[in-house]
Amino acid sequence: MDAIILQILNGLDKGSAYALIALGLTLIFGTLGVVNFAHGALFMIGAFCAVTLNRILTLSHQVVDESRKDFLGNPLKVDVPYVNDWFGEAAGATIIDWAVPLAILFSIPVMIAIGVIMERGLIKHFYRRPHADQILVTFGLAIVLQEIIKYFYGANPIPTPAPDVFRGSFDFGVLLGFDPNVIIYPYWRLVYFAFAALIIGGVFAFLQFTTFGMVVRAGMADRETVGLLGINIDRRFTIMFGLAAAVAGLAGVMYAPINSPNYHMGMDFLVLSFVVVVVGGMGSLPGAVLAGFVLGVLESFASMNEIKSILPGIDQIIIYLVAIIILLTRPRGLMGRKGVMED
Amino acid sequence: MGILEVKDVNKRFGGLKALSEVNLSVTENTVHAIIGPNGAGKSTLLNCLVGKLIPDTGSVMFDGQSVLGRKPFEINQMGISRVFQTPEIFGDLTVMENMMIPLFARRDGAYRLHAFRSVESEAELRSRAEAMLEDVKMLDKRNMHSASMSRGDKRRLEMAMCLVQEPRLLLLDEPTAGMARADTNNTIDLLKEIKEKRDITMAIIEHDMHVVFSLADRITVLAQGTPLVEDSPENIKGHPKVREAYLGEAA
Amino acid sequence: MFGLGKKDTTVFVVVIILALCAPFILNPFPTGSSLAQFNAGYPDLMQRFVIFGIFAIGFNLLFGLTGYLSFGHAAFLGMGSYAAVWMFKLLSMNVIPAILLSMVVAGLFAVVIGYVSLRRSGIYFSILTLAFAQMSYNLAYSVLTPITNGETGLQITLDDPRILGSSATADGSIPVTNLFGLEMRHFTTVDVAGWSFNFSVGYYLCAVIMILAFYVAVRIFRSPFGMMLRAIKSNQQRLYYTGLNARPYTLAVFVISGMYAGLAGGLMASMDPLAGPERMQWTASGEVVLMTILGGAGTLIGPVLGAGFIKYFENIFSKINDSVLHGWFAFLPDGLENFVIAILHPFVGKGWHLTLGLMFMLVVIFLPGGLVEGGQRISRALRRDKPEDNGAASKASHEPAE
Repeated sequence: MDAIILQILNGLDKGSAYALIALGLTLIFGTLGVVNFAHGALFMIGAFCAVTLNRILTLSHQVVDESRKDFLGNPLKVDVPYVNDWFGEAAGATIIDWAVPLAILFSIPVMIAIGVIMERGLIKHFYRRPHADQILVTFGLAIVLQEIIKYFYGANPIPTPAPDVFRGSFDFGVLLGFDPNVIIYPYWRLVYFAFAALIIGGVFAFLQFTTFGMVVRAGMADRETVGLLGINIDRRFTIMFGLAAAVAGLAGVMYAPINSPNYHMGMDFLVLSFVVVVVGGMGSLPGAVLAGFVLGVLESFASMNEIKSILPGIDQIIIYLVAIIILLTRPRGLMGRKGVMED
Repeated sequence: MGILEVKDVNKRFGGLKALSEVNLSVTENTVHAIIGPNGAGKSTLLNCLVGKLIPDTGSVMFDGQSVLGRKPFEINQMGISRVFQTPEIFGDLTVMENMMIPLFARRDGAYRLHAFRSVESEAELRSRAEAMLEDVKMLDKRNMHSASMSRGDKRRLEMAMCLVQEPRLLLLDEPTAGMARADTNNTIDLLKEIKEKRDITMAIIEHDMHVVFSLADRITVLAQGTPLVEDSPENIKGHPKVREAYLGEAA
Repeated sequence: MFGLGKKDTTVFVVVIILALCAPFILNPFPTGSSLAQFNAGYPDLMQRFVIFGIFAIGFNLLFGLTGYLSFGHAAFLGMGSYAAVWMFKLLSMNVIPAILLSMVVAGLFAVVIGYVSLRRSGIYFSILTLAFAQMSYNLAYSVLTPITNGETGLQITLDDPRILGSSATADGSIPVTNLFGLEMRHFTTVDVAGWSFNFSVGYYLCAVIMILAFYVAVRIFRSPFGMMLRAIKSNQQRLYYTGLNARPYTLAVFVISGMYAGLAGGLMASMDPLAGPERMQWTASGEVVLMTILGGAGTLIGPVLGAGFIKYFENIFSKINDSVLHGWFAFLPDGLENFVIAILHPFVGKGWHLTLGLMFMLVVIFLPGGLVEGGQRISRALRRDKPEDNGAASKASHEPAE
């Protein structure tokens, strides 16, 4: 029992990331009908927003500290971040410590801007082109984005720590009445899950309760009719793209402490997220979220030693296997509407 | 006994009864039109004949064999060819290639992997294709890229593709839908010519009365998923029930 | 000639000449000159040209003719490589059985993967093939380590049995791949007045096989089978209602295409007997898509051109570093020189992938027909006053054979 709960918890953070990326993919596919292979790159850029903010905040100048000596006996030169000068040492340290959550604020405008530029500059010319062309051009874009990041940040993963208070783990098992030290769960992963839930809730509320959201939902159900009603779809598409980019970016920002960002993390997540979208049902938002969590948890179960000893390697392929089975037996996915992209 | 026998066919979509107790018999070498107002179930009926839909109950027999549960290509191999509402041709191929494909389908069946023979070397099939193109006055366009042709030409080509298979039954789904008057008249002329030149059985689904009365030997009127009457064009014209269900609405 | 039409014969002869004279064509600059860095006539690079050419020709049979975009074709290449290396380990260092087995193995996997994937079309097909390829990659990396040797990659060693050959040569080293004794790595360099040309056994084996592969592809293009495949791309609905079943055709071409990939993988292992999982990665699949698109999907010669183009520029661009750039722009004033170099720097050397990605985008956006279409546009512009020969001339693939 405790093992099961542990695996469910372990699957939640990855599942959250899948769900968030898949949500954005589905938004774009459902409204714009575009298959965006560069969506993983947006997730990656989000993570690098956290890295960037961290670097900006730790920009320092050198100060000679007379009270300390280096090993040669000369006065020690110490790096002092500018934030320390402005806000005082204690406040400065706190700000740097909280770089990742602060990056949320920083990333939203950045991601929306990137999304809007992408849509206006490139994607909008591909609405009428075949899916294969969309896949290809966004695939090219993904390569370009990741190479740019690689150029500026190098090829190695960059550790980006969570704030001090969220470092470490807590004993989740005790809360549920299990023995201590059975279910240990890192704080940050819980934060990530809560954050993902918040964003998903926010997106759904936005779509459910605003006029804008209503038009978007109508557009997802029947694009032609909405176009015929004379509603300015173009502008809404651009906004949708910006929103989807922001969701992917936020997923990336908060994921930075879980996995040190590297330039190819987007591609790694993208393939899986596509699979998630397909399993959930192309064009179904709840399906994308559900499938994201289900597959995240399944993956974590499959990596249990008990299961691996029976089916070696199952953890490596479980998601793909599920996707293949779903595509063949229920092509519209878990929650896709009947008749939508079924062939 | 007709070549196509539809018996007691029912088809529901959820709560909507699209076809109920449809009976239809198409006699060999006649042109049988199925008319009816929008939503009468004409397209549903056609889709049941070609294997796209399967009726909930009832039977569809073609030349003594059931077509139910067979795939579209199997039904075509039984001898039923179909013309679509908007011309369906192989737009990326030339006119001649468009003609060769149905010929291969007839000679070689549903699939045959001739990977090392050249299409050029098929002299016999080519001459048949050319003869057919000559018949529909398109021989001069044989090397044209078919997507770049006018809609009327596409329609001609599609007919030629169906006819070259020498089908035992040709199904036409609103062949003049969305056409200008002149194009409609051309299509009628083409169909009349085909009817005169060869022994062919046709079933036409049509909305346009003008087309129906110029071509049909027999007419079935469908309304709300049920056949109302079946008779000769002359009798249909004067039939009170038809006037009420259809012509009244059209007038 | 060869059962081909006049135009196809011309194309075929051009390909033969290009392939057989590559050692000359690719080394146009004298060895000592400053332009020698643009030479590409090295055995291993030339081998890569033709091997990837084979891979792209095969991919084009599937994608170019049917429009089914497989995003997992590298898996077959990887499987072919593993199969070939195993042949070298177990049987002998002769490349013939290795190449044959690599095609058979890739073909068998293609039957299974194709049978499942082809039940869907469009983007679902792409995702299914991608999923299969990632699965193969992940498995090759992890549980299949006994077969694939995991991350390190599969290599030949002195302990391999090689029942028809010998585990080690007389002087105790690992034997090399050969064709009935003709060593693949053997090559002769001919010096002609400042120029030097390399003639490699391995290259010529690959080149001959590519010529054969190209010939088979031309025949398929012009056959009723090829025409059916184009019909599938054009209008599947019409095809079904014309009495044809698309599934056997698409499966057949998927398997043929997979065998081409396997052949390429087998040749790769024959030139350099090792195989690693990275050959199966989805970026590798993306590369072959790029080659085909860049050259011109659906055309005969496009994939060969695309493969050559990309491999050539990969080689050249990766070699350029800052000191090379400084050499080129030394004539500029210092400030300007540094500025130009700073601009170019991200695109060369290790930044080659950035150039590749940009190229990919530019081609898809502006030249969906690839280099072949570009060439046709240019030649049309040059002889605009002449009348069009016929309606189908705009696309080579749509032309009926003559």
